[in-house]
Amino acid sequence: MLTVKDLSVMFQTRRGPVDAVRGISFEVSKGEILGIVGESGSGKSVTSYALMRILEAGGVIKAGEAEYSGIDLRRAAERDMRDIRGREISMIFQNPRAALNPIRKVGHQIEDVLRQHARATRYDARAKAIAALEAVKIKDAEARYDAYPFELSGGMCQRIVCAIALACDPRLLIADEPTTGLDITTQKAVMDLVRDLIRERGMSSILITHDLGLAAQYCDRILVMKDGLIVEQGDPVQIFSDPQHPYSRKLVDATPRAGTGVRSLLPASERKPEPQIAVSDTPLVEVRNLVKTYAGKSGPVHAVKDISFTVFKGQCVGLVGESGCGKSTTSEILVRLMDATAGQVLFDGADIAAIPARGFARDPRRAQIQMVFQDATDSLNPRHSARQTIAEPLRRLGGMRGAKLDARIEELATLVGLPLALLSRFPHQLSGGQKARVGIARAVALEPKFLILDEPTAALDVSIQAVVLNLLVDLRAKLGLSYLFVSHDLHVVRLLCDHVIVMKDGQIVEQGATHDVMTHPQNLYTKTLLAAAPKPPERRQIRDFPHSEDTDAQHDPIHDERAS
Amino acid sequence: MTQATDPAHAADSTLGHVLYVLRANPVTMLAFGMFAFLILSAIFGPALVPYDPLATNAAAALQPPSAAHWFGTDQVGRDVFSRVIVATRLDLSISVAAVALSFVVGSILGCIAGYWGGWLDSVLNRFLDTIMAFPLFVLAMGIVAALGNTIENIIYATAIINMPFYARLVRAEVNIRRDAGFVRAAKLAGSSDIRVLATQIFPNALPPMMVQVSLNLGWAILNAAGLSFIGLGVSPPTAEWGIMVAEGANFIVSGEWWLAVFPGLWLMFAVFTFNLLGDGLRDIVDPRKRT
Repeated sequence: MLTVKDLSVMFQTRRGPVDAVRGISFEVSKGEILGIVGESGSGKSVTSYALMRILEAGGVIKAGEAEYSGIDLRRAAERDMRDIRGREISMIFQNPRAALNPIRKVGHQIEDVLRQHARATRYDARAKAIAALEAVKIKDAEARYDAYPFELSGGMCQRIVCAIALACDPRLLIADEPTTGLDITTQKAVMDLVRDLIRERGMSSILITHDLGLAAQYCDRILVMKDGLIVEQGDPVQIFSDPQHPYSRKLVDATPRAGTGVRSLLPASERKPEPQIAVSDTPLVEVRNLVKTYAGKSGPVHAVKDISFTVFKGQCVGLVGESGCGKSTTSEILVRLMDATAGQVLFDGADIAAIPARGFARDPRRAQIQMVFQDATDSLNPRHSARQTIAEPLRRLGGMRGAKLDARIEELATLVGLPLALLSRFPHQLSGGQKARVGIARAVALEPKFLILDEPTAALDVSIQAVVLNLLVDLRAKLGLSYLFVSHDLHVVRLLCDHVIVMKDGQIVEQGATHDVMTHPQNLYTKTLLAAAPKPPERRQIRDFPHSEDTDAQHDPIHDERAS
Repeated sequence: MTQATDPAHAADSTLGHVLYVLRANPVTMLAFGMFAFLILSAIFGPALVPYDPLATNAAAALQPPSAAHWFGTDQVGRDVFSRVIVATRLDLSISVAAVALSFVVGSILGCIAGYWGGWLDSVLNRFLDTIMAFPLFVLAMGIVAALGNTIENIIYATAIINMPFYARLVRAEVNIRRDAGFVRAAKLAGSSDIRVLATQIFPNALPPMMVQVSLNLGWAILNAAGLSFIGLGVSPPTAEWGIMVAEGANFIVSGEWWLAVFPGLWLMFAVFTFNLLGDGLRDIVDPRKRT
């Protein structure tokens, strides 16, 4: 159906031409779901943009052929491409909020594409748009027709984007990271929906993702891309159980899944024994009946409703939940950036919630409670070099100056594995993983007792996530830290934490030892969360890891699921 | 490794970056050249000009441009070239002082409004709206007329009418960064609100501010000249472009065009320079351009 041969895409930049895609060939046959997997910069999105001929300025298809049902996509006139886009090939973009026009009703946005391709007239457009909304299982479609994107949740917006993409019954659907940034249960709902629609209508699809586990679950065939080249392709089970190329092996290793330890995320050559960490039974942080209520426009918003938990010295506690469950509010209160409405936070026995957040900067305990922020890019001042960023807490709270300060910064950079030559760089000159290291170095600079990690790896590629998670394990052992690890991903939490707390709608629905909660979840919501995580196929031979006995029957090979 | 990082280090230094920006954009280079010329004439002009700008010479009144008097002479025989060059210092001082004043006051008000928000924000915004509601030049006229006809009052008047632009710009820039991750991180590092504002948030507002500053310098010069033109502010016989254009305007009909044209050209040159300067200044203060 779609044949791509030796496709090369080049970008003209200030520093000369850059080859984004370097001669790739693949085919998509009728009814097939092809997965293109790779990390940022691998050229996977650029490939799809090239096929749709929507490359940004400066990008050109340098060489190669792309043929779709006898149409030469590389040489087709722009007028013909306009007909093809949406009607023959359509696309789902990564960020649904950015893909929708914020000031147009979603129903009108669906009508736009219908009328563009003459699938509807002025008189029946509304009915057809509502039918399209119903097709993507939006409840109460009639009412949603008049909604604006900001009134809808992220998952709902992505359904609208699907409705727009599928409105004209295209024969090929390209989904570019369709669920990145969505909650895990929403991800499952959206992906299941997309898969069912594709199967129902006999369409073909290309699923572009960085998540090998997701691709393995939903695709018939997977291409692994790196630096603009296809390094491996094949059946998902085969790629998972017996990856041929070293890069695909690294990706498979780095994908967190049931039955592996944090060390096995790393390539075999870089694995070191996992440090033994003793958890003391002295509580470090005790949260008692914490409540946070905001004054919202339509009445008070109860973000945190009376929660209590304890973090012991040396313990790593995972706080898990989906967006809006109150986990970020809780961590902001614990780190004293926000005041609680009621309740106590006992740190080393003294109530720190009683001290207003505004005055806490001068409190002697400020240095002992630190945080690693979710978005490494947003948490670094774009005008400060890595050195200045790490120096900030040392200067302010540590009172260090001059040679002593420089020595400490270099020591910290070595500790987190940041090359010293990078210290003079600004954030925009650093990669995602390097920025994460700068953020961690800043947080541990004053050797805090308690470190809150707010989704520190959410924005990172899996191979970098693997490295950062291992770094956190090492730091915890080396510095005797206690962690509160906030995340939406139970599989990542499982790797790091001894104890896990599951939050929903501002309340704790379940907590307990990580192993117990993961294997025998009691609460229905915890079960839903666990079930929603992509389940990559098991590897044929499980390697040298003591944790591997955790493997259990709930992670069936995906074949059964697809057959159903 | 070291070899690879060396050129990067050269570009990291401030001077290296300034040179890079200048080389990358010929228009910026030209603007900085023109700016340098204005600065040099402001500093050294009075010492270098061939005639005393205030010395009258009735015998040489209203002479057209010649080798002895490049821009000709005015109705009382003063050398127009000397007066145009000497006036640079006064005009630049007025505009730089006025812009500096509105930059500082506007930044402080904008930071307060943008960072703390609430009723303070509402009050400040309505106050700025009130200033903006007047025709700005008429407001400046009123202020100078009320306060008295001095150079300081021209500066204050110009600063007041420009201040809302800075305050609004800073308010918006501060507001979008108020809850940024790096701001929260700075608080965790023990920084007080004021320090967070001064060291973390405000510097990030500098790139758009620089564009505003350079455009504003041009407006401020025009504003000062405009006030002098209608007889407010600087009074004759001081050499000032606005006054010279005003005086020269009477003679255009009788054919002595050079009296008004040359100070007018210099005024245009200065405004043009500042308008060109904006993008270059922004690139220089923006570390993201240091790739």
